[in-house]
Amino acid sequence: MNKELYGKLIFECSVPGRRGFSLPVNTYADKLADLPAELLRKDAPALPEVDEPSLVRHYNNLSTNNFGVDTGFYPLGSCTMKYNPKLNEEIAASPVVAGLHPAQPDDTVQGALEAYFTLQSFLSEIGGMSEFTLNPYAGAHGELTGLMVIHAYHDHNGSVERDTVLVPDSAHGTNPASANVAGYKIVEVKSLEDGTVDVDDLRSKLNDHVAAMMMTNPNTLGIFEKRIPEIAKMVHEAGALMYYDGANLNPMLGIARPGDMGFDVMHINLHKTFSTPHGGGGPGAGPVGVRKGLEMFLPNPRVVYDADDDFYSVVTDSPEALGRISSWLGNYTVELRALAYILSLGADNLAQVGPLATLNANYVKDSLKDVYKLPIDGRCKHEFVFDGLADKSTAVTTLHVAKRLLDFGFHAPTIYFPLLFHESLMIEPTETESRETLDSFIAVMRRIAGEAATDPEMLKTAPHNTPVSGCDDTEAALHPRVKFSDLS
Amino acid sequence: MIKYLPTHEYARIEGNEAYIGISPYAAHQLGNVVYVDMPEVDDTLVKDEEFGAIESVKAASDLFAPLSGTVTEVNEALVDNPRLVSDDPMKNWIIKIEISDPKEVEQLLDQEAYDAICDAEHKE
Amino acid sequence: MSRHRYLPHTDADVAAMLERCGADTVDRLFEDIPEALRMKKPYELPGELSEPEVRRFFRTLDMRDEVLTCFAGGGFYDRYAPSVIASLMARSEFLTAYTPYQPEISQGTLQYIFEYQSMMCALTGLDVSNASLYDGATATAEAMMMCVAAARKRNRVLISATIAPYVLDVARTYARYHKVQLDVIPEKDGVTDRAAMQQMLSAGDVAGVILPSPNYWGILEDLTGFADDIHAARALMVINGHALALGVVKSPAEWGADIAVGDAQSLGMPLNFGGPYLGYMCVTKALMRKMPGRIVGATIDRKGQRVFVLTLQAREQHIRREKATSNICSNQGIMTLYAAMYCSVMGAEGIRRVNELSYGGAHYLARLLTEIPGVELVYPDKPFLNEFLVKFPSPEAADAAYYDAVDYGYLPGIRVGDDKLLIAVTEMRGTEEMDELAQIFAEAVNPGSTKGKEDSNE
Repeated sequence: MNKELYGKLIFECSVPGRRGFSLPVNTYADKLADLPAELLRKDAPALPEVDEPSLVRHYNNLSTNNFGVDTGFYPLGSCTMKYNPKLNEEIAASPVVAGLHPAQPDDTVQGALEAYFTLQSFLSEIGGMSEFTLNPYAGAHGELTGLMVIHAYHDHNGSVERDTVLVPDSAHGTNPASANVAGYKIVEVKSLEDGTVDVDDLRSKLNDHVAAMMMTNPNTLGIFEKRIPEIAKMVHEAGALMYYDGANLNPMLGIARPGDMGFDVMHINLHKTFSTPHGGGGPGAGPVGVRKGLEMFLPNPRVVYDADDDFYSVVTDSPEALGRISSWLGNYTVELRALAYILSLGADNLAQVGPLATLNANYVKDSLKDVYKLPIDGRCKHEFVFDGLADKSTAVTTLHVAKRLLDFGFHAPTIYFPLLFHESLMIEPTETESRETLDSFIAVMRRIAGEAATDPEMLKTAPHNTPVSGCDDTEAALHPRVKFSDLS
Repeated sequence: MIKYLPTHEYARIEGNEAYIGISPYAAHQLGNVVYVDMPEVDDTLVKDEEFGAIESVKAASDLFAPLSGTVTEVNEALVDNPRLVSDDPMKNWIIKIEISDPKEVEQLLDQEAYDAICDAEHKE
Repeated sequence: MSRHRYLPHTDADVAAMLERCGADTVDRLFEDIPEALRMKKPYELPGELSEPEVRRFFRTLDMRDEVLTCFAGGGFYDRYAPSVIASLMARSEFLTAYTPYQPEISQGTLQYIFEYQSMMCALTGLDVSNASLYDGATATAEAMMMCVAAARKRNRVLISATIAPYVLDVARTYARYHKVQLDVIPEKDGVTDRAAMQQMLSAGDVAGVILPSPNYWGILEDLTGFADDIHAARALMVINGHALALGVVKSPAEWGADIAVGDAQSLGMPLNFGGPYLGYMCVTKALMRKMPGRIVGATIDRKGQRVFVLTLQAREQHIRREKATSNICSNQGIMTLYAAMYCSVMGAEGIRRVNELSYGGAHYLARLLTEIPGVELVYPDKPFLNEFLVKFPSPEAADAAYYDAVDYGYLPGIRVGDDKLLIAVTEMRGTEEMDELAQIFAEAVNPGSTKGKEDSNE
């Protein structure tokens, strides 16, 4: 890349008088200037002025400074960075869908509503739930919505004193954050040494103030919570509900269903398990499912199907609904991608996802456990956690290993999470990675372990082959410069 | 007289006034401080309740009031240079208060008891 | 052969990998799961569809949808989407990237977010923008919670009745669970009743006030003096508006707002039956550390190059857990790229022209429609940008106008009550379409009127 020309901000490519737009000639009699001056802005906003070819080169070159699933392997624990099929993109780019306004009358959007209803039915089958809403926009939004379902359920039953949500100490940070937004107090449940829930601690914390217990299964260490039936029974006997964080649903495909484990409410990250692209952080989608008996609390609007008339309609005023959590029916084109993914795989191949993801994880783990410290031995599911290098005599940390991986064209694993270990390095190879990719990753991880002994200083200044390195985070936080005009 | 809360805030007590900051142990744990969220002068503090927060790049913790009282001064130097807390947390206090209930001082930890807490945490 | 094109494993791969794991079958890897919890029967889902079959499936669905010539808005508009955007957005380096936690290999994402933030700050006039919110409605709810968090001890927020109903519903939902007392300021003649707001503020317990402009009826509200009222009560002022209007209307900063929020769909994003869209939020410097979501900042790397990183992360859920400013953990990545590219393609001049065309077209259509006997503007004295509310002589006339238009391939607006229609015009509409819509309405309201006097019923 020519840095001189393309290493700039778009603002720095701006030349007064250039333009990239193409608009019809304005023949209308009425002009903005007819409006009272006090309603109009004084100065034009300082936006770039660029021609189309320059703009295309700018963003094209910018993209080459990025790593994506299409570039290489992401061993990113708890993030399920699987391949994003191209067919899904084609489906989502339908010009028909692009032109559908969300306020169109139902009889003009029967196809779109059928797609929504079909996906919610598929997810219900996969989750072992009764009904899903696809409205939540992201995983965290799904958690929030799910907790609101729980809130609405308890309100409906008159148990207003239930003001606490239990969260395992190994849970994702979004769990307590979502519970807080939903108006709950958070009480942490301890983990045992193997990372599973300490059932005795849970028992001591259950009382009639508890609204729900939030869990992932497998947990963040990739370990299946075997005592889940007992946990669900205890939680239900205390009058509380079981919430399933779907972040780790991938290894359960074809193996087990959250509904059958005793969970009442769950969310699914379509951008994890169902292959929709992360888009550099979004948009995702976080559908929420509920077991039988809780459907009425799902948010408005809802899509319902009348089989007699073969007609789909949008209901906006279900009286017991928790309320409304989105402008419309969620991130519709993300939903379409997930639907295309399920149809492309079909029932049998979908059931292979969990087994193959689990095989990949165990293969990597067993190929590296002699040189990285494996705090909990035994079978993992889709992911596992190393506690840094096995050889603790070097001062090489998890951060150094992660940064060095970038030099070899691999994304870093999730690091320093979960908090149960000091040097957590969390690896999740999904089912779409080939054996050759995993072998190459294993070889690089072993090489880095060797470098830790022979050349620790080189590791500490890694990466060495990336466009930038050694970014000063402290300076960024100390003197925030967050827009173009802050730079001058 | 310097006393502590188990959450690592100290109160340097001078008569009916106290300077409140974070302990060297806590400052070390946090790393380079990039921001201190402070209350305003005349704000009322209630013992053990949150009165602000302190942030480094990758961590943050709430600040709890060791004593009840009224804020009489905030350390303005920390606005432009929050790193002072990292450099010398005992010298660079965060707020100064007028103590409203001197009896609360008895509930705070002395140096020895506080050091024991830090040792225990460190071993974990 | 492997099982599927997305699944690389051959039988030989599986066998070799199992050997490394010391297991004879894949099923052994699941021995720890109690038998009672294992799936007993296959998924009740369709079998695998080939690529041609998946295409056919969706083509069949598309055939059951009608793309109508769109005069509906309510915050979401049929806008001109420059062709370069879709082409560049599809670059998989952008699309398939994760959240940019590793700045060394994410400068593409980080830089476009920085550009987006700069553009939103230019449009709103405020100091800091995030890049994280899902849509305008949830952005407004986040602003509401931010007001309460910033005020520490006050938890009452006021919101104008002139805001879009779905935004109000979302804010109400968040308020109900987050225990915010959300009170609605009544409207007077289509705009926020300032005297009523002053009365509500006088209680001294208000943390923030949320005001729309343009409001749901398309009216540009004159907010002169509102900031003084609100700030005198030590509350924060939040202005909600769609992003495109910001290019020409008085900016939130000029009105004295502390927080600007809204939906950025109007920046040329496809309607896509409701999403994905993009919620924007900009705040004053004083509120920077109270803001939810991702923020990108500039810094330098070891070689002294200008680089971009995620910054001010100590506010966020992965560090602060339940004490975080919000539970948001996505950024709206690829949609902020869309917005940044739109603003770059259009520039200030292009955005002004789009607003000018929409304004001109809306006033052209409003004049045509009010020439129909019995059809009138609900707020004839209020200035509007590109959307207006018309009233039909009866609910039956409104029904006839709406459904006749749909039959002719138009989405004539959004129904309001049983006799009104909220109508929007954008740069996408031509005068011939407006002429035809007016004719359909005229015929529906006064059957026979357009065919000549002898056919008239009256």
